[in-house]
Amino acid sequence: MTTPTPEPDLRIGVFVCHCGVNISQTVDVESCRDFAAKCPGVAVARDYKFMCSNTGQEQIERDIRDLRLNRVVVAACSPLMHEPTFRGACEKAGLNKYLFQMANIREQCAWVHDDRRLATEKARALINAAVRRVAVQEPLEPFEAKINSATLIIGAGIAGIQAALEIAEAGHPVYLVEREPTIGGKMANFDKTFPTLDCSACILTPKMVSVSHRPNIRLRTWHEVESVSGFIGNYTVRLRRKARFVDPLRCTGCGQCISHCPASRLPSRREILLGGAVMTEVLPPSNGDGPHRRSWDTSLLHPEAQTGTGPEQYSHEIVSDEEIATDLEKFAQPRRKGPSPMQRYLKLVSAQAKMTEEQIGKRRTGECTGCGFCTEICDGLVGATAIRMAVIGKDGKGKDIRRPFLTSLEACIGCGACAHVCPTGYLDIRDQAMRRGGVKDFTLGNDRAIYLAFPQAVPKVPIIDPLSCIHLQTEGGCGVCQNVCEPEAINFDDREEIEEVQIGQILVSTGFQLFDARGMAQYGHGRLDNVISSLDFERMLNSNGPTGGRIRLKDGREPRAVAIVHCVGSRDENHHRYCSRVCCMYALKFAHLVKDRTSAEVYQFYIDIRAYGKGYEEFYSRVLDEGVHVIRGKGAEVIEQRWGDQSDGILHVRCEDTLIGKVRDIPVDMVILCNALEPQGDAGDLAAKLGLSRSPDGFFLERHPKLDPVGTVSDGIYIAGACQGPKDIPDTVAQAQAAAARILATVSKGAVLLDPIKASVDHDHCSGCRICNTLCPYQAISYDAESNVSTVNITLCKGCGTCVAACPSGAINGAGFSDRQIMAELEGILV
Amino acid sequence: MAAPTTDYAYFPGCSLESTGIAYDKSLRAVFRALGLGLHEIDDWNCCGATAYMSVKETVSFAISARNLALAERQGPRDIVAPCSACFLVLAKTRRFLQERPALREKVDEALAAAELSCECRARIRHPLEVLVNDVGIAQLRAAAKRSLRGHRFACYYGCQMVRPERYFEPDREFPMAMDDLFRALGAATVDYPLKVRCCGGMQMVTNEPVGLDLTQGLLDCAVSLGATAIVTTCPMCQFNLELYQDKITARAGRDLHLPVLFFTQPLGLALGCDPAALGFEHQVVPVPGDSLTLAEAGS
Ligand SMILES: Cc1cc2nc3c(=O)[nH]c(=O)nc-3n(C[C@H](O)[C@H](O)[C@H](O)COP(=O)(O)OP(=O)(O)OC[C@H]3O[C@@H](n4cnc5c(N)ncnc54)[C@H](O)[C@@H]3O)c2cc1C
Ligand code: SF4
Ligand code: SF4
Ligand code: SF4
Repeated sequence: MTTPTPEPDLRIGVFVCHCGVNISQTVDVESCRDFAAKCPGVAVARDYKFMCSNTGQEQIERDIRDLRLNRVVVAACSPLMHEPTFRGACEKAGLNKYLFQMANIREQCAWVHDDRRLATEKARALINAAVRRVAVQEPLEPFEAKINSATLIIGAGIAGIQAALEIAEAGHPVYLVEREPTIGGKMANFDKTFPTLDCSACILTPKMVSVSHRPNIRLRTWHEVESVSGFIGNYTVRLRRKARFVDPLRCTGCGQCISHCPASRLPSRREILLGGAVMTEVLPPSNGDGPHRRSWDTSLLHPEAQTGTGPEQYSHEIVSDEEIATDLEKFAQPRRKGPSPMQRYLKLVSAQAKMTEEQIGKRRTGECTGCGFCTEICDGLVGATAIRMAVIGKDGKGKDIRRPFLTSLEACIGCGACAHVCPTGYLDIRDQAMRRGGVKDFTLGNDRAIYLAFPQAVPKVPIIDPLSCIHLQTEGGCGVCQNVCEPEAINFDDREEIEEVQIGQILVSTGFQLFDARGMAQYGHGRLDNVISSLDFERMLNSNGPTGGRIRLKDGREPRAVAIVHCVGSRDENHHRYCSRVCCMYALKFAHLVKDRTSAEVYQFYIDIRAYGKGYEEFYSRVLDEGVHVIRGKGAEVIEQRWGDQSDGILHVRCEDTLIGKVRDIPVDMVILCNALEPQGDAGDLAAKLGLSRSPDGFFLERHPKLDPVGTVSDGIYIAGACQGPKDIPDTVAQAQAAAARILATVSKGAVLLDPIKASVDHDHCSGCRICNTLCPYQAISYDAESNVSTVNITLCKGCGTCVAACPSGAINGAGFSDRQIMAELEGILV
Repeated sequence: MAAPTTDYAYFPGCSLESTGIAYDKSLRAVFRALGLGLHEIDDWNCCGATAYMSVKETVSFAISARNLALAERQGPRDIVAPCSACFLVLAKTRRFLQERPALREKVDEALAAAELSCECRARIRHPLEVLVNDVGIAQLRAAAKRSLRGHRFACYYGCQMVRPERYFEPDREFPMAMDDLFRALGAATVDYPLKVRCCGGMQMVTNEPVGLDLTQGLLDCAVSLGATAIVTTCPMCQFNLELYQDKITARAGRDLHLPVLFFTQPLGLALGCDPAALGFEHQVVPVPGDSLTLAEAGS
């Protein structure tokens, strides 16, 4: 591209917009117009109430034709808003659309100032800059890019699933990437959905199955997006498949492995307790190595291992290996046929402890019976020999009293197998986050190291959690699942893999995460039993959940009074200022379900009820008619207080009832917190990979809040569902369908026109220094050794201008952003 | 371990010279036992207490800034303020002076008249937080000479220290520092749900029924949980909780007598200080004598 010679007969038209009163109340538009009229090269200057209206655009077109304008400046709002509109008007009247320039006197002037004189002065400077710049602008031609018809969808919640089905239905390929082992998102946790109370699984599962059956949906669960490069129509995406350790092509989904696995998966920050004291603490891994484990309490050490420095000395005898539970058969050799070691254990334990197999581990007396199952499994199956028995005295009948002890502070791998077989809970496993409360067990599906997220998971292939699996943690122990798996699907050598795919457009539907209410200690979540989060309660309501859909307290009783506390983390200066929109409605759904399934009283603590959607207010009235107590006042705190051995109503919810102006204290058995919906923790990383913006609340930013809620500032990348902001399922699905329609429209066009704002190297001036090659953030510049010059690949160039500024020979020109144009603009502002 | 700060400026505040004298004695004993310096601010004045701020804001900031200025003149040390009200007022003054230049200007002027100036560098610290963070629970446990086994404390933090200045983030609504400390020293602590609820403060004087209601709730809960004593961090809380127990027992119709200690008293016992130096003689509700003769640690 050569430097243009300014046209001798410049005829610039300047159009200043009032934007109703948006601009004119702070900027003196008429004086700006008069100022513009006097600028060199300006043939006409006008002002108008709404330049973007039909009349406004027609005025521009008329002037171009009648007054032979060859440059146009519009001083109005942000180019993000209406540059395409006015460029279109220029084009319609036969003027090259790159001979147009916009001066932003609204967002960057009228809206941010209140001094009319100074604002007007600034508006004039901005207009002057635009006029000078447009004078040296040159006509450019957009170039065409073909559209690859494949689409990448990131996140397979209801939004991603719906969009994938729509696009596949139209016959185009989709890569559906989900970082969890199954698709379904939050909705897969629900039992019923408001306001119609239709069964969540009934409406979601068919869609999930349909996804897995469509040949043109390439399902990539347990995958993450590694990197994205390219531009609309032509993206190259690298996907990382995480190690699953189960071959999906061989696995039949029989579940044998799961019922035989002795290791506990949840929780990831767990502690193994021995007689109530922390024996081992397992923390999540730091920088890629295995989980971090710690044992520190020397008083739990076996007498043999005691160093003598512990605070307490044990004087008990040491039990030799031969003495240990010789009446039990050896369990170490797992067999493919017949009962698993676990099952054999449970049989023996139940016989000895006179309990049914279901009761094992649930009858938490916490007293050790000295049965020795823990040391057996640790030694035989796990191969860790982390605990051994010692005799600590004689009982009344003169029999030895035996207790397990740690063999060394490092031996235990924290797998929890001992806790799993312990019939009484003397050995126990608990979530460290729940240190002050009980065991956290709100999971769908099973809690083994090899697990299926829930029975309807798609794909129905289990996965091994390497941090919990005994085999992977001990390099060779256990291996039970491999032994019992008939189709030989278990592959302990599985490693992550990178796959590169070519796609044309991207839909981001990564949803939300739940606010962690432990950040609001006044509610006692994680400290008090029976204070639970909304998503945990959804799991409890679910027939696949830990209680099979029954509403139960931790100790198994049915609650007699339940409190539902709204706005936990939402509408709160200390956490999220926004309203999470769906909480009021799911709170009402909860109230209805509690009423339906128990005879408990239900108390709702709310700030306002926001029942804004179709059928929502009606649902609210219905729930009120069912006799739910609604108390207008934000729940202030939850306090556990009991008198004597009282067991009912020990959780007290306090609030100021703003309707009667009194502080109230309501005793209940269970408190359900309505946690805020917040952006995914890694939303920032994904935004960086894709070049997306985020609004101040952290959700992905749409191109326009009203007129383009599914578009983004990057062409070819769309957003849908709760990743854009909290929303319910109907709105999520509507957005997913809208995004799919947009994607399909582009696919059917086959090609798009792209702005020619790109860099180019003038080979006559290029010295071949190669400075630009390494500076270009998109690796768009290549060097040709033979001719000793660099060349820009315009399909990769994003027009950022880095190389233009860096080239020491001034050999690189940025079309539409030449040095000359930038200097002219600067001069316009400064003079 | 990185060398911790071992020297602090000390702002006792009016209460510690009168109703809270046991706090002053035991705090000094604990710091001495740990080899930490406490340098009382020369010529300190009343912090203004929390009420004065709402009466004469600017003046209240000026008088409490005087203490900061005096401390600064003595050397660059963090200021230890054991009374929760003093702690809050001083911390708030420091923050306001840092955040509000207009106020700063006025206060500077007032200080200048007394030939003082204040950079507001020194942090305002509560001794509990100093002990837990600067010394550390593990170190305190290592330094313990006696075990507190057998005690069952209700750790009561009160509202002023933890809530307004967000001192114990992120657990400002349910601090655990004192609980962790005493558990490490061998005592049991009850899961005291009212640990940050208001004790009534000055209401006891201005509106006794309200004050009594609040204090009764605190005592009732601690007694029902089987606590052997309430342990406090604030002279006002200690005063309210201890002095009205006869009245409260009468109106409640059940025995709500319970020793109310400053946290530095049992801590001093654990660290091996002479019980006579810990101010137990000032206790209105007596502490059972046998709990003063504790087992040697590790025995
Ligand atoms: C307790 C509760 C009850 C509710 N009840 C109802 C109700 O009854 N009715 C109703 O209409 N709405 C309800 N909602 C709202 C409903 O959950 C949302 O509208 C819906 O889940 C939004 O769907 P989504 O697909 O946008 O997001 P999600 O359901 O959050 O799905 C997002 C998916 O993307 C995946 N993902 C995230 N990040 C990545 C990444 N970087 N790479 C790959 N994959 C990723 C996630 O693993 C997940 O599978 C409720 C919400 C809550 C919290
Ligand atoms: S090898 Fe791992 S996943 Fe398989 S059964 Fe053992 S612990 Fe479970
Ligand atoms: S079975 Fe052995 S290794 Fe596993 S948690 Fe128990 S003691 Fe530790
Ligand atoms: S303008 Fe230059 S540095 Fe920027 S993307 Fe294009 S070639 Fe690379």
